Amino acid sequence: MSAILPLRLQGVSFAAGGRMIIPPLDLTLEAGASTIILGANGAGKSVLMRLMHGLLAPSTGRVVWSTDGPRRRQAMVFQRPVMLRRSALANVVYALDAAGVPVGQQARLAREALQEVGLSHVAGRAARVLSGGEQQRLALARAWALHPEVLFLDEPTANLDPGATREIEAIIKAFDVAGTKIVMSTHNLGQARRLGDEVIFLHQGRVAERAPIDRFFPQPASPEAAAFVKGELPWD
Amino acid sequence: MLEAILGGLRLVATLDLRLWEIVGLSLAVSLSAVVFATLLGLPLGAAIAVGRFPGRQAVIVVLNALMGLPPVVVGLFVYLLLSRAGPLGELGLLFTPPAMVIAQTILIVPIIAALARQAVEDAWREYEEQLRSLGVDGLRGALTVLWDIRFSLLTAVLAGLGRASAEVGAVMIVGGNIDGVTRVMTTTIALETSKGDLPLALGLGIVLIAIVLALNAGAHLAKEAAQRRHG
Repeated sequence: MSAILPLRLQGVSFAAGGRMIIPPLDLTLEAGASTIILGANGAGKSVLMRLMHGLLAPSTGRVVWSTDGPRRRQAMVFQRPVMLRRSALANVVYALDAAGVPVGQQARLAREALQEVGLSHVAGRAARVLSGGEQQRLALARAWALHPEVLFLDEPTANLDPGATREIEAIIKAFDVAGTKIVMSTHNLGQARRLGDEVIFLHQGRVAERAPIDRFFPQPASPEAAAFVKGELPWD
Repeated sequence: MLEAILGGLRLVATLDLRLWEIVGLSLAVSLSAVVFATLLGLPLGAAIAVGRFPGRQAVIVVLNALMGLPPVVVGLFVYLLLSRAGPLGELGLLFTPPAMVIAQTILIVPIIAALARQAVEDAWREYEEQLRSLGVDGLRGALTVLWDIRFSLLTAVLAGLGRASAEVGAVMIVGGNIDGVTRVMTTTIALETSKGDLPLALGLGIVLIAIVLALNAGAHLAKEAAQRRHG
């Protein structure tokens, strides 16, 4: 199985309702390093990840993976997970089935994924009655079962309390250790430091700065990033 | 007045054959219409909810307007279709129960389709990204959503059943209210009231209300139970 990374965005832009959200940009994501996408609200973080994941079609330019048909080898976890009205286990099985995993293996893989995120004890419970943190872990289990090469996470802990956030971060670490490329947006700078290797800083849809995490926080090169890191809101 | 009500209750309690025949035919006609209208209306509503095509907004406006279709107009339309000189006159269906089923089906397809459209559209807005992220598109996505909101759709189907079992105009015109053949609860109530046989009319009225109430209570309980179980 040849790798789907690197992912190349070539002249990709996105406009909606006459407003340019992402002006044309070129960007390459390599395997390995965990990438954190930072930026103020409305900077285009979610749109950029949706363009990468294929949920949005670029207005111009191309999103190119190294091999064709990468849909099933990438997964995305949203800020608010959407669970089907069935058991936690059945939600994972559904994802496996959609990915074309043979029926005979689905239940075993789903149970392993629930085990991984520490939800084995609620496998039979209705997914929608689980707590917010549990539902987000279930969303991660759904991704884990697919063994994706790339995992996109759009502010996965924005709605969660510190305890649940720690559990989610541990699972994201496990993905990283297992060799999955992490691409995550977050507003939590501590989280960015804990999980990231490099930062892509977006300002008004443009990549204002891209830097290793160790360099970005102490010495942001762009004025927008410097203001953001200091906690100032870069109005202009 | 009290006498008439007691007479009505007596007919219900003593399982009066004439009364229960009428009740049976009513249920058979309306339930058949609901089955057909559900088979047509749910996919139609789901397709409009999920589909993106020119004129979609106009279709939605028309569909919502058709929810208020006057039964007598539907009756007249089906009458013209099925009358001897009409395009489907050959079938000889006029003044038979199948004609009544056809009329009621036409009457309630828009109700089921419009309510399903709204429910599916709301759910689709919530599910679309997640499903597409999982690689689920098109028909499979639509079926997943329909199955997931099946208890909400039950409400749409029941609204159709309520409308079908309560309407008079359409079944009166295409059925002809023939004693023992096409006489249903609502047409009988209309006729017997004008004839002055209040006990039968009241008895049927009591049964009609009881049926509608029981169906809605059942649906409500099913939905509540599902809500508790599935969230």
